[in-house]
Amino acid sequence: MSETINLTLKIWRQKGPDDRGGFETHKARDISTDMSFLEMLDVVNEQLTLEGKEPIAFDHDCREGICGMCGLVVNGHAHGPERETTLCQLHMRHFKDGNTLVIEPWRARPFKTIKDLVVDRSAFDEIIQAGGYISVSTGGAPEANTMPVPLEDAELAMDAAACIGCGACVAACPNASAMLFVGAKISHLTLLPQGKPEAAKRALSMLKKMDDLGFGNCGNETECEAVCPKNISITNIARFNREFLKASFFSPEK
Amino acid sequence: MPLNSGVPGGSLETKWDRHRFELKLVNPANKRKFEIIVVGTGLAGASASATLAELGYNVKTFCIQDSPRRAHSIAAQGGINAAKNYPGDGDSIWRLFYDTIKGGDFRSREANVYRLAQISDHIIDQCVAQGVPFAREYGGLLANRSFGGAQVSRTFYARGQTGQQLLLGAYSALMRQIAVGQVRMFPRREMLDLVMVEGNARGIVVRNLITGELESHAAHAVILATGGYGNAYFLSTNGMSSNVSAIWRAYKKGALFAHPSFVQIHPTCIPVHGTYQSKLTLMSESLRNDGRVWIPKSAGDQRLPDQIPESDRDYYLERIYPSFGNLVPRDVASRKAKELCDQGMGVGPTGYAVYLDFRDAIERDGEQVIRQKYGNLFQMYERIMAQNPYETPMMIYPAVHYVMGGLWVDYNLMSTIPGLFVLGEANFSDHGSNRLGASALMQGLADGYFIIPYTLGGYFAGTSLPDVSEGHPAFRESVKQVNETLKKMLAIDGKRTVDDFHKELGTLLWEHCGMARNDADMLKALKRIPELREEFWENVTVPGTPDQFNQSIERAVRVADFLEFSELLVEDALTREESCGCHFNVDYQTEDQEAQRDDESCCYVAAWAFDGEGKKPIRHEEPLVFENVELTERSYK
Ligand SMILES: Cc1cc2nc3c(=O)[nH]c(=O)nc-3n(C[C@H](O)[C@H](O)[C@H](O)COP(=O)(O)OP(=O)(O)OC[C@H]3O[C@@H](n4cnc5c(N)ncnc54)[C@H](O)[C@@H]3O)c2cc1C
Ligand code: FES
Repeated sequence: MSETINLTLKIWRQKGPDDRGGFETHKARDISTDMSFLEMLDVVNEQLTLEGKEPIAFDHDCREGICGMCGLVVNGHAHGPERETTLCQLHMRHFKDGNTLVIEPWRARPFKTIKDLVVDRSAFDEIIQAGGYISVSTGGAPEANTMPVPLEDAELAMDAAACIGCGACVAACPNASAMLFVGAKISHLTLLPQGKPEAAKRALSMLKKMDDLGFGNCGNETECEAVCPKNISITNIARFNREFLKASFFSPEK
Repeated sequence: MPLNSGVPGGSLETKWDRHRFELKLVNPANKRKFEIIVVGTGLAGASASATLAELGYNVKTFCIQDSPRRAHSIAAQGGINAAKNYPGDGDSIWRLFYDTIKGGDFRSREANVYRLAQISDHIIDQCVAQGVPFAREYGGLLANRSFGGAQVSRTFYARGQTGQQLLLGAYSALMRQIAVGQVRMFPRREMLDLVMVEGNARGIVVRNLITGELESHAAHAVILATGGYGNAYFLSTNGMSSNVSAIWRAYKKGALFAHPSFVQIHPTCIPVHGTYQSKLTLMSESLRNDGRVWIPKSAGDQRLPDQIPESDRDYYLERIYPSFGNLVPRDVASRKAKELCDQGMGVGPTGYAVYLDFRDAIERDGEQVIRQKYGNLFQMYERIMAQNPYETPMMIYPAVHYVMGGLWVDYNLMSTIPGLFVLGEANFSDHGSNRLGASALMQGLADGYFIIPYTLGGYFAGTSLPDVSEGHPAFRESVKQVNETLKKMLAIDGKRTVDDFHKELGTLLWEHCGMARNDADMLKALKRIPELREEFWENVTVPGTPDQFNQSIERAVRVADFLEFSELLVEDALTREESCGCHFNVDYQTEDQEAQRDDESCCYVAAWAFDGEGKKPIRHEEPLVFENVELTERSYK
């Protein structure tokens, strides 16, 4: 049953990319434990607005764990303490009355802060532009059932394709590596027969782009997998590495 | 104004082919001379942007979110229809057409709906080629499931994340075109005005949501694919940024708005449980394949659901509608749940919920099979409700979900403003007064991949357009006006927050123009909405400044537009003197309490024209002519 709790929030405030920023303390009072984390922030923001202060900026849209727009670090955990959960799906029943929560934006070199808890993740789009697609133009597709796909491959591809591009993996990685994000996309596409023709080129150019954008190398820390709200497995990184090696040794693309 | 739908002649089956042949073509070398603006990157906008760019046009694409991949299409769960007839259970293009037009309670155009059914198969081909990981059978071929309003299995799906996978497909095609420079992408932009030159749509003004700057963008044509306006009701299954603003601003520039009151209320959502709630969560309709809807036979039965024996349960959908059972269309299922809860028969802490029970399906197929089909939905339910649906039935209640209404478009998907095209949920075209499950994704992709690439070419080839750049006075004028409105809003410095107004508006619409409507309530709403709007402009508080990242301004702009638009929504409902599909006016019902259409006098599209601030909008009618299907009472018994 629902009850209410009171919390102390230490929240990162930063006016813009050039501001140094710092923590600000706010009280969140009478928070129903049925609320989501973002609804708790809504309550604080309504209060700030009524006091004539600027509300805390944070990104969000679908509020059902699928758009990948939300994401903050709560007490050192990307998306908060629950596994396999986006912040918008994290409910306040997982916190206790009197808790202090430290709330920060994703911190990673390639993700610049825009304001308060909002960061720029356009680097992810740039990585996809480097080859995260199958080159088919509209109209030329063969009949959908001409190429059967083994059920197991289709399921593994779907597991990888479930990535929501939130950036928690990068935020959690000590090296700010985007290997889980890239590995998931490479796996999704190369597991399917439709994605095989471009596999080598894709692996090489996505990796290069990732390096160019300032993402770090994978140091096998596995922090990324631990925070991923969609449970994307690090076996996708291994698959990516295999694709990359194959491409580097055997492909004319290199 | 005579509304010319421009439906081509010939038999239903040949219309689209013939039209494509008759449309003039743009020479490939000339395509690069045209600039096209696409607002929106959901299924409709992303697929249109990518395909037009592939053809050689220069495309500028805009969205509110930080990445085009986050458009609300991402949240669609259940599936997409197509007439492939893979299961061999009797499906055909004709049947998909018929089910869709009947499901819409005969308030859409035959020719549009038929074209949609024809295109449906190509969509699946296209998506598979892009790498959309649809569900498959053991043999490796594509799997199907059933959805409401149909007796065949024609829905393709990717677990409970079909929208996500289809959108990522369209997004990847878009990314490929950005990489080659054929599309320029402008994320974190919100369209605040449509710019017209000599009567044609020639550009837009957007607010850069990071810097607050108002930017002008000129083009030869503007495509709006800005999604639905269900958020007028405050609580809905839509994303937080879903809005009416883009199409509302176009309406105020002369585009007609069709069927604003046709709002779909989805039967299977997680019930409202607190006043702090910011949105409602859908539980996909696909669950009705295996879940059985029931309530206790006696009101106020306090026993836990698993302690209520079979004999004390009322599986009311199966009882009232034996041939469709739990798979009746959405409007029917929603209305029944509301009726019963209003009579005090509901369950849960608020009494506004019914059970959706998987016990029998789990007994029949095993938990593993159910987990494979619906695992992520069950998990989402458990997260929100803190109850395990494998062990205890879900509680569900209807919620605002989708809008059939939108800008009026002709067969070419062009609005009444030349050069302004409208795709996806933002137009009114294919779903009549009730959309069947799994057909919005189909329509968005049909519009974007397969219709607009032809019809836009036809427009360019047949129209001579002068050069217009961002320096044109029409842009300056528009920027000035938008700026003044924003300033005015910020200067009010009142006592109520934007959300507070939005909640009041939402409750008003839900209670006075929701699932069951009556004239007295609608008249009350028509009186209250202008008062609330006036109060907004006197007493709202919007902190911060306009020249920076400011989410309060974003919300205030959207709510100000909802406060204007809602009046049109109610006006439309009040003037439709019949019940049809989602629009159920209690004065027009059959003996069995089903919607009573009036085909004699209401078989038309109601399309509204803006006639100036403070003036009543003008209603136009496009008669709907049915040559291929017989208008029958929609029976699912
Ligand atoms: C929870 C949920 C589940 C659903 N499940 C299904 C299903 O299983 N099957 C099915 O067929 N349908 C389903 N639907 C319906 C379907 O998802 C939508 O109707 C469809 O995806 C809408 O696509 P769209 O491209 O028209 O708009 P959207 O995907 O909503 O995209 C709108 C785009 O416009 C942009 N935009 C909006 N306003 C502005 C503005 N003012 N300025 C700039 N940009 C703007 C947004 O940023 C976004 O990019 C579901 C809907 C919901 C909410
Ligand atoms: S808001 Fe969409 S994933 Fe959290």
